[in-house]
Amino acid sequence: MSEELFTNLAIFVLSLLVGFEVMSKIPATLQTPMMSGANAIHGVVVVGAFVIAAEANGWVFYTLAFFGAVFAAINVAGGYTVTDRMLGMFDRKPKAKSEGDDSK
Amino acid sequence: MSTLQTIASLIYLISAVCYVLGVHMMRSPKTARKGNGLSAIGMFMAVIMIIIEVVADGKITATGWIVLIAGLAVGIAYGVVKARKVPMTDVPQLVSLFNAVGGGAAAVIGIFDYLMKGDGVALSLAFSIPVFLDVIIGGITFSGSLIATGKLSGKVPGKPITFPGAKLVNIIVVLGMLVAAWFMLATPTNIWFVVLGLVMALIFGLLMTLPIGGADMPVVVSLLNAFTGLAVAFAGFVINNQVLIIAGALVGAAGTILTLQMAEAMNRSVANILAGGFGTGDSDSGSAGPDVPVDVKETSADDIGLQLAYAQNVMIVPGYGLAAAQAQHEVAELATVLTEKGINVNYAIHPVAGRMPGHMNVLLADVNVPYDQMKQLDDANPMFESTDVSLVIGANDVTNPLARESGNEISGMPILDVDKSKSVVVIKRSMSTGYAGIQNPLFSLDNTQMFFSDAKVGLQDIVAATKQYLED
Repeated sequence: MSEELFTNLAIFVLSLLVGFEVMSKIPATLQTPMMSGANAIHGVVVVGAFVIAAEANGWVFYTLAFFGAVFAAINVAGGYTVTDRMLGMFDRKPKAKSEGDDSK
Repeated sequence: MSTLQTIASLIYLISAVCYVLGVHMMRSPKTARKGNGLSAIGMFMAVIMIIIEVVADGKITATGWIVLIAGLAVGIAYGVVKARKVPMTDVPQLVSLFNAVGGGAAAVIGIFDYLMKGDGVALSLAFSIPVFLDVIIGGITFSGSLIATGKLSGKVPGKPITFPGAKLVNIIVVLGMLVAAWFMLATPTNIWFVVLGLVMALIFGLLMTLPIGGADMPVVVSLLNAFTGLAVAFAGFVINNQVLIIAGALVGAAGTILTLQMAEAMNRSVANILAGGFGTGDSDSGSAGPDVPVDVKETSADDIGLQLAYAQNVMIVPGYGLAAAQAQHEVAELATVLTEKGINVNYAIHPVAGRMPGHMNVLLADVNVPYDQMKQLDDANPMFESTDVSLVIGANDVTNPLARESGNEISGMPILDVDKSKSVVVIKRSMSTGYAGIQNPLFSLDNTQMFFSDAKVGLQDIVAATKQYLED
């Protein structure tokens, strides 16, 4: 096993453990926003879309890079936006009706 | 390591810390929004860093830039517009859609790097194992999440879809994946091997999600979310980028815990949910069983209006039927009419009311229901004794007193003690059973009246009737 692979494997395992630890009992109220928030975090795949676009040559690879970029960008941009909107609802104070005008 | 690489590694480390702290802060309603913001800042830093790296590296072609920028622009525009415009009732399917494309992006990266090796090249297992896992898991979440999106939005029937010989097809697909694994891991590269793996994964995603009922979808979406995290982590192994590994593993683990908690809130096991065939996805679409209790009392909108107008304490119990009928505006209107006349109105929210745990709170917050009127299970239950009218709207199993007894599907599930209030009005489309498929004795209690109607239409009539009596 190469040193690089071993380092990556160690990081992977430790990150899994951190993920298990950081996620103790979540109140039901927050489970949907939390799922959406976690969904946004794996939008980090957009970094991978940059990496493959930088290596692409030939139409097969350009096509793949294009779809990679579209998919990842939807995930990361949409994910954070919708999570923020959802959590914004919880911020709203009981009387602050003026903020809710965007709702239909 | 060059200076740039050192800086890049540090920046990625900081952004990974942002994700962990962000998730940590999202555990409490007070800090949740800031937590998401912190995680977004971490993401922004990672993106800026990769741009710098790509520019400094200088290998990218002009076409590469065009493809990249065009793809990002399309994706960002689509994602942001969708996320801004989506009505709060449709959030679950949007999250599932975002999850699908995340898995798709991870699979694309795996396919790209596999093909980049060229044809007929022998691969080391250190490369081929993560590539295989990346493509397979990414493919499964892509098709599986798209089906989940379809089921949640009603474009795919919410009913469990099964067909004769499904088990056999499943076995063939799993064997197909094993064959793909053999070719991808043990033989030199060939474009058709990765295509085989991808196709098998896509079919597996379909077969996995189709037999699962719509009401179980939230747990499935959460599970697929965890899968995508793992696919992204394996993509990180493939391109040797640690921020992908950390963030992917974090989501994989946190998503798994969240899935277990959601399943627990619904009183189901994940294995039981994945076995499928359970639940219709709609509290009222199942056919009535043979043992329908006949001794229920029916009531009218007019009578409910009268009861509400003369009540002091009213408890609204919203359920899946309310979300499905999109009747949250009507509920909020009714509550406003009542509170303006000095009647106490509260909402008793079961943890799994709505389409996802916590979804009902978001729906009600969206129509400006004051946060202090939303009572969670433990706060709501002591209040029923002093409640004059409990208005159960499209909720069934979460109010079923059978849960207190042993030996049935919902035994031990925490329920709302609706039956303890002086009078119970249940708005429901028919006498059919709820999602658990068992009868609800609440409906035939002496203090219960049934109002058979669609939640939205029924509430409009009740609001009109209530106004009439309040003005007299």
